[in-house]
Formats: sequence, C-alpha cells, structure tokens
Amino acid sequence: MHELGVVFRIIDDLTEVGKENELEKIHSVTLQLGEVSGVVPSLLEDAWKWAAARTELMKDSELIIETLPAVTYCEDCKSEYETVAHGKICPNCGSEHTYLLKGNEFMIKEIAAT
Amino acid sequence: MDNVRVIEVKRSIFESNDKDADKLRGELKESKTFLLNLMSSPGSGKTTTLKRTIETLKDKYRIGVMEADIDSDVDAKAIAELGVKSIQLHTGGMCHLDADMTRQGIKELDVSDVDFAILENVGNLVCPAEFDTGSTKNAMILSVPEGHDKPLKYPLMFSICDVVLINKMDVAPYFDFDLEKCKEYILMRNPKAKIIPICAKTGEGIGAWADWLSEQIDEAIR
Repeated sequence: MHELGVVFRIIDDLTEVGKENELEKIHSVTLQLGEVSGVVPSLLEDAWKWAAARTELMKDSELIIETLPAVTYCEDCKSEYETVAHGKICPNCGSEHTYLLKGNEFMIKEIAAT
Repeated sequence: MDNVRVIEVKRSIFESNDKDADKLRGELKESKTFLLNLMSSPGSGKTTTLKRTIETLKDKYRIGVMEADIDSDVDAKAIAELGVKSIQLHTGGMCHLDADMTRQGIKELDVSDVDFAILENVGNLVCPAEFDTGSTKNAMILSVPEGHDKPLKYPLMFSICDVVLINKMDVAPYFDFDLEKCKEYILMRNPKAKIIPICAKTGEGIGAWADWLSEQIDEAIR
C-alpha cells in the first residue's frame, strides 16, 4: 500500500551507498521480500521505474525481487507450516496460538554497480 | 560494463527509519516534549477526540498539534480554534508519516514551548503501523461502528499501540459490538495494551484517558 514511500526510502539508502563506494551507476538492485511483508511486487516495480528514472545513479537500473517464504510456528503442537496456505490457524492441530517465524522481511540484498 | 561489481548491502528497508525514529525520540526527551502518535481509520473520531483531549488538558500542559493529511487544512483550523498551536502536514498522497517527516513537522511546530505534542497521523490502519514516527507513545482509536473484529484484521496496528481507545460507545446498542470480545482480541495481539472505552461526543471515559495521558506526559517531561 505504501510502495512509493518505500521506494523513496530505498533510493535514499542507495544514494548513501553510492557515495560511500564512489559509484557512478547502479545497474541492478536485488531486494528480498517476505511473502507476508505487505508489499506488492508489481506496484513496487512500477514505483521503482518512476522514481529511479529521476536519479542519475539509478536511472534504467533493473529491480530484482527475491521472494522469501513465510513460515508460521505453532506453540501448541510445536510444528511449522506455510503461512500463506493456512494463515493464523495451525493446519496440524487447529490451534490459534501461532506466530510468524519469517516472511515479513524487506531487505536490500545487493546491488551491481560501476 | 566489465568492471561491474556486486556490493552486498544487506540493509532492512525499515531499518533506516527505525534509526531516525530513535534519534527523534532522544531529541524529544532532551527538549522535555512528550509526543503522542494518534492513529485510526478515517471517520473514527480522531479530530473530535483530540478536541476533547485538548479542552481537558490545555490548562495543565502547553500543547502543540501536527495534523497529517493527504491534503486540506480543515483539521488544523478546527484545532487552532481551541487556542493551541497547530500546523498542517501534507503527506502529498502518501499513506503514512515516517520519522523524517515527523522531524520536519516538529521543527516547524517548534517544541521549545510545548510539553505535549500530538501527531494526528493519516487515517489508515495499515501503513502508519509499519513506520515508527519517533513518538514517545502510540495511541489508536477504534470506533464501535467499525466492529469488534478489527484487532484480528489489522493485527500489526493493535500490536504496536500502547493504548487503544474504543470510541463512540454511545451507539454500541445499535451495533453488534461486543466490547469484551474486542478487548480479548486486542489483548491477544498485545497483552500490554491499555484499553479505554470512550465517547468523544458525550465525554464518557475522557477522564480516564486524560489520567493515563497525564501520567505518561509527567514521566516524559520530568
């Protein structure tokens, strides 16, 4: 829902990285996105194209999105299951006492640059 | 292109905002200003609750308000009529405020003579929950017509709040709103949450809310 704001944040971060490493051009940016991070990849790509074009450093760079699976843990039966398929209720024992182990990550993993 | 190098960044997108937020929190502590981040969905009664709160506490604390909106200044005008300092922050279409925008607002508001600053966030239960603004405490308003199941639908918002106000209690008989169930759902997400049923229109519960606030403000500005 806030893809554009997130993109501005990435651009700020990478501008800093660019300065630190004396980069002229960033060719690609790899992000790691958890399945339940709440960020929609297609909207993120659109926002990226629009915003990156307004910077010299990131113009025409490619955005690569790696999806990280979401896993939930059940406190009652001590099992792990796929969050997206089953949600909050444990498919093994029906318990609601579950919490997200991973899947809400949102990281800049790496960039390719000159 | 032969000299292209791969640089590992490994930076969480939300991390830089979290750092900015911590820094702002520290600065506010220095200047002895308590900042409340007030969140809710549109139409839950944020501005009415805010007006009640200001009327109750304006003789006790020096208050300043930042009204965040996508556009317009209707809310800031309504607040200024109460005789407290207020500014309008336009997010320019963005669905939330982050720590940097909050810092700009704090600068514009000038908190050197403010004990109790209030940030009225954009009406939205999703995005504001993901961005720490640097506030001292987070509050949210859930109104009766929205339904008691909202803590299940917007778990993140309920899990980051220090206090949840349940507003429009006067119309509870007309809606299938189960207060006990609502409390149970909130505590399931956030066992530490303080829950206060209020009605901004009639003034019900405003005393308890003002007491909670006073306690927090006194601790922050001491």
